[in-house]
Amino acid sequence: MSEQRTPLLQVRDMHVTFNRGRNRFEAVRGVTFDIFKGETFGLVGESGSGKTTIGRAIIRIYPLSGGEVLYEGKRISGHLPRREDREITRRIQMVFQDPMASLNERAKVDYIVSEGLYNTEKKLSREERDQRVRDALLEVGLLPEFASRFPHEFSGGQRQRIGIARALIMQPDFIIADEPISALDVSIRAQVLNLLNELQKKRGLTYLFISHDLSVMRFICDRIAVIHNGRLVEMAETETLFRHPLHPYTQALLSAVPVPNPDVDRDAALITYEEKPGDPSNPSSFCEIVPGHFVEGTERELEAYRDILSSGKE
Amino acid sequence: MPQTEPVLSVRNLQVSFRLRGEVLHAIRDVSLDLYEGETLAIVGESGSGKSVLTKTFMGLLDSNGWIDGGEILYQGQDLARFRTEKEWLKIRGRQIAMVLQDPMTSLNPLKSIGSQIEEAVRLHQGLRGRPAHDRAVECLADVGIQEPERRYRQYPHEFSGGMRQRVVIAIALACNPRILICDEPTTALDVTIQAQILRLIRSLVKKYHLTTVYITHDLGVVANVADRVAVMYAGDIVEIGTCREIFFDPRHPYTWALLCSLPQLGIKGEALYSIHGTPPSLFGEIHGDAFAPRNDHALRADFKERPPMFTISPTHSARTWLLDPRAPEIRKPEILERLKGEGLTHV
Repeated sequence: MSEQRTPLLQVRDMHVTFNRGRNRFEAVRGVTFDIFKGETFGLVGESGSGKTTIGRAIIRIYPLSGGEVLYEGKRISGHLPRREDREITRRIQMVFQDPMASLNERAKVDYIVSEGLYNTEKKLSREERDQRVRDALLEVGLLPEFASRFPHEFSGGQRQRIGIARALIMQPDFIIADEPISALDVSIRAQVLNLLNELQKKRGLTYLFISHDLSVMRFICDRIAVIHNGRLVEMAETETLFRHPLHPYTQALLSAVPVPNPDVDRDAALITYEEKPGDPSNPSSFCEIVPGHFVEGTERELEAYRDILSSGKE
Repeated sequence: MPQTEPVLSVRNLQVSFRLRGEVLHAIRDVSLDLYEGETLAIVGESGSGKSVLTKTFMGLLDSNGWIDGGEILYQGQDLARFRTEKEWLKIRGRQIAMVLQDPMTSLNPLKSIGSQIEEAVRLHQGLRGRPAHDRAVECLADVGIQEPERRYRQYPHEFSGGMRQRVVIAIALACNPRILICDEPTTALDVTIQAQILRLIRSLVKKYHLTTVYITHDLGVVANVADRVAVMYAGDIVEIGTCREIFFDPRHPYTWALLCSLPQLGIKGEALYSIHGTPPSLFGEIHGDAFAPRNDHALRADFKERPPMFTISPTHSARTWLLDPRAPEIRKPEILERLKGEGLTHV
């Protein structure tokens, strides 16, 4: 990444809580990270770790119960004046996981793609709107004629392209992609990944990629944060994280990914992770131990991690 | 492996489905031998027919599907000719058992875990009462479930996804089948749980000398479990060989393409290899090689005539005209060299 990095999105001590009273459940427990302009930031974790909740809280589907989210330095969590609210809605867009479920079955592609414009750009004439739809479809590699068809006429990969066109038409600068390729077949995945990469280069987009698939994340992300039980446990540049994973959970996660090489010993090196109960007298924190590499741990653990890094780097 | 007798032989199998008044050819002339004690992985995209193929081994085709031709030979019987449920009951569960993708849907939420295992034991082994109970508890312990006596009385919702999949495996193994079919057993699970389940399956396969068919689209999983690999495309096996042959010496352009699109082989900042187009529609006839329209190396012959199975080694064969002596020499993409040795030792 470039030297002078400006954070586009800052998440500060985010907490998200569901339900009240006895059923109270804290899905995200104090998460802090920055996403820089133009980068692809990855959030990996297993099901139930809170990764999707973080994405949805950023886009303001879920309210925060603590902390704040800043976009270009301005707070966007909580109540916003109407105009700013519109503006943020336009600038942060989302691409969902399952293209079979996330498109309105009863609407034509034309409406699905342009729906956002009806809310934010009411003055647009019909011709202008149609033109925008055509442009968006072309940009994601679909034919403009498809605008008059229904979602069921398309394959999974094409539907995901429609989902991307729907986000692009708003001319966003930040896109949250929640498992955008998990539901797709291997040969279609690469097409969609390449499309997302191209769009990023062309439009200077910033991505938050949420996924459980580590090999895809390694390919597409500049930096990755690992989340476990609603807390970040490690965050670093992608290659650093894959080469020198420090937190035991990250190590367990990486060791569990099957390697596409039959010569690799099949039983070797599976690390299991058991979470130790926290010790209140010796709290753990999420710290930057070397520039750009954050790990969670107690004072003593962090010290040990620093030692590992300094001895390993020589 | 070919020195041992095949346990199950599929010969020129064809399966069709009637869908919205049209006929879809899901399996188009597939032949396959399954050898004693091996683990065969079947890879392919959704719609390639990998699940349909294995469902025919157990007589579990949906009601709109039927076997159009060919044979499935198992212990001197042709399973393709079975018509009644009574015939199938001798095979299903006892001889061939199946583990499905989603453990949430393959267990009955209203019955305790123990009674669901006991049901299998009762129906297939004729055990009753105490012996049945003991056998069920034994099965639970066998798949690595702690405190089996207590877990026996619990219900599926009290189990996590990985534990439920262990229970499903316990049920499948309760009747000592010879062949175990695993249809994407870990797709719905997290990676760390997937690793545990894969390890469990490997150890059980060894312990009970099971012959296993493993269906998946994940090449990492394939490398992890398989002895042999069959690659399916559009209802046909296009290449089959040992795991090392498929990864290190693939011959069919579709196998090349599948391997090339592994994100592990991608170089950051460059486009990932992608197969253009989409798989062909299986309604109607397919002429020549089904992969030809998406194949950059396609020859003219590929569009005209279906290639035969060419034999590369006793264990390795592929259905592509590139292997014909008259074909021009086209080598596999360079990037695939990186699959070997050092290149991919981790993630």
